[in-house]
Amino acid sequence: MVVSTQSKRFASLELDCGVTLAPVDVAYQTYGTLNADRSNAILIMHAFSGDAHAAGVDEQTQQKGWWDSMIGPGRGFDTDQYFVICSNVLGGCRGTTGPGSINPATGEIFAMTFPVITIGDMVRLQAKLIESLGIEKLLSVAGGSMGGMQVLEWAARYPDRVASAIPIATTPRHSAQQIAFNEVGRQAIMADPDWSDGNYYGGKLPGRGLAVARMVGHITYMSDESMRQKFGRRQREDQGIFEVESYLRYRGSQFVDRFDANSYLYITKAMDLFDLAAGQQSLTAVLERSKTKFLVISFTSDWLYPSYQSQEVVSALRRRNQDVAYIELTSKYGHDAFLVEVEEQSEIVKGFLVRVTKGVNRR
Amino acid sequence: MTAASNNDPFVRDLLGRGDYAIFSEIVAPQTCVLDLGCGDGELLRWLADNKDVDARGVEMDGAKVQKAIAKGVSCYQGDIEECLADYPDHAFDYVILSQTLQEIRQPLQVLNDMLRVGRRALVAFPNFGHWRVRLAHLFTGRAPKTTRFPHDWFDSPNIHFFTIDDFEILAAREEWYIEKRVFLDGNREVKMMPNLLAETAVYLVRRNR
Repeated sequence: MVVSTQSKRFASLELDCGVTLAPVDVAYQTYGTLNADRSNAILIMHAFSGDAHAAGVDEQTQQKGWWDSMIGPGRGFDTDQYFVICSNVLGGCRGTTGPGSINPATGEIFAMTFPVITIGDMVRLQAKLIESLGIEKLLSVAGGSMGGMQVLEWAARYPDRVASAIPIATTPRHSAQQIAFNEVGRQAIMADPDWSDGNYYGGKLPGRGLAVARMVGHITYMSDESMRQKFGRRQREDQGIFEVESYLRYRGSQFVDRFDANSYLYITKAMDLFDLAAGQQSLTAVLERSKTKFLVISFTSDWLYPSYQSQEVVSALRRRNQDVAYIELTSKYGHDAFLVEVEEQSEIVKGFLVRVTKGVNRR
Repeated sequence: MTAASNNDPFVRDLLGRGDYAIFSEIVAPQTCVLDLGCGDGELLRWLADNKDVDARGVEMDGAKVQKAIAKGVSCYQGDIEECLADYPDHAFDYVILSQTLQEIRQPLQVLNDMLRVGRRALVAFPNFGHWRVRLAHLFTGRAPKTTRFPHDWFDSPNIHFFTIDDFEILAAREEWYIEKRVFLDGNREVKMMPNLLAETAVYLVRRNR
């Protein structure tokens, strides 16, 4: 499956902070075919550092998508049956408008003048994209981690426009621990002299800070067990360092090549600010109008997004007797499990989507 | 076991289970059903396919939950005793508890919760008063082991050993209304002396007359 990234421009987007971005570009990819009654569309939402290239082999880079094992012909999200869409989030650096974009008002790069964005803003932009593709109602919205936050936001804000939702390894709000890790990442970037208050475009990138931020991130994505098995105390004879050090340095430097440091600041802040129940009495109240069918998945060794956070969502849904399936899959891979544990997830996603499709066709 | 053949009009069997057959006869079409300890969801799947019910399940074992969801059953991985509190009153037409009552720490609490979240409770349990259990105990002088109670005492999931008469006495004390009771020996219906002759009891219970 060879794919290419497309782009759409929208005249404007009103943000939660009150600022209006105009215009706004969205980079997206699609897989499969939209059926005649436009009822088989699934929106996939990427995690913090992902992009629109979720599946297939990219025409230009020849690289596989970040969830290629889950999306494709015969896979969990079966592109022979469903029309799958994935877009880069607002604030991103992979084709969608973000702090690295040109501010049309000044003709200069936004950098730190980019307005504060929220998960809600990201979802409203996705809703524009979906509308522009002629889709009134999505068969499903799915995603892990920050993608799962967007799934929850979709279900809460557009209950009539999503038949089903699959939030994976996610939370209705960040805990102090999750905010703390994000803050370490942000401080690492801002402590890099090359960050220059965010005005590094065209000059030397704050690579050291961004790499350290990514290294911290990778630690939180793994588990004690997976790190022990993957690295143990083995050393790289050639470099005289532990393998885990070598791995983190490699991941850090690799990240600098594909991710914008300011996007890191804005997107992690959006995650920290996210609170599905904000301004409401309870999570149950937030989902009051929802008739969406849910499939909630968490993983045993995920200590960054522990199961109790998913279970909170599940409990809220059960309190209003909403249709919610929930499973805590056994995995040793920590938070990375949602990208790694393909077989189990495929099996349950397939069965869930078949049931949801039946329900949609009946009406 | 029973000498009943497939031609016996009293033989009931659904998916190899006598109690499932009784459930399937009782559950009305297009209702909402919660199955506590639903295993891999085979009963719920059958009810969804054949009775068009809104089928929900609760199961502790992750591997079984995975199979149930893969089958298209809305299954929640969790503990029966903890999960019931979340549901609103009368959320379901039927709440099913099949062959699990004897394994639950607080059976009365669970039964009362079932009657709160469901309009009716459908309960099936193995009868510890069956003659084979009595004989095994009488003749061996040890914790009885039968085909229906196959476990050694030290690795049995069963923590309560009660009979049909015990259940009837509890129902009377709690003033539950028993709408229907069916007794089975294997898959054959038992009409006389159920406390002695039935291996399995199936009750359809509701709170008030």
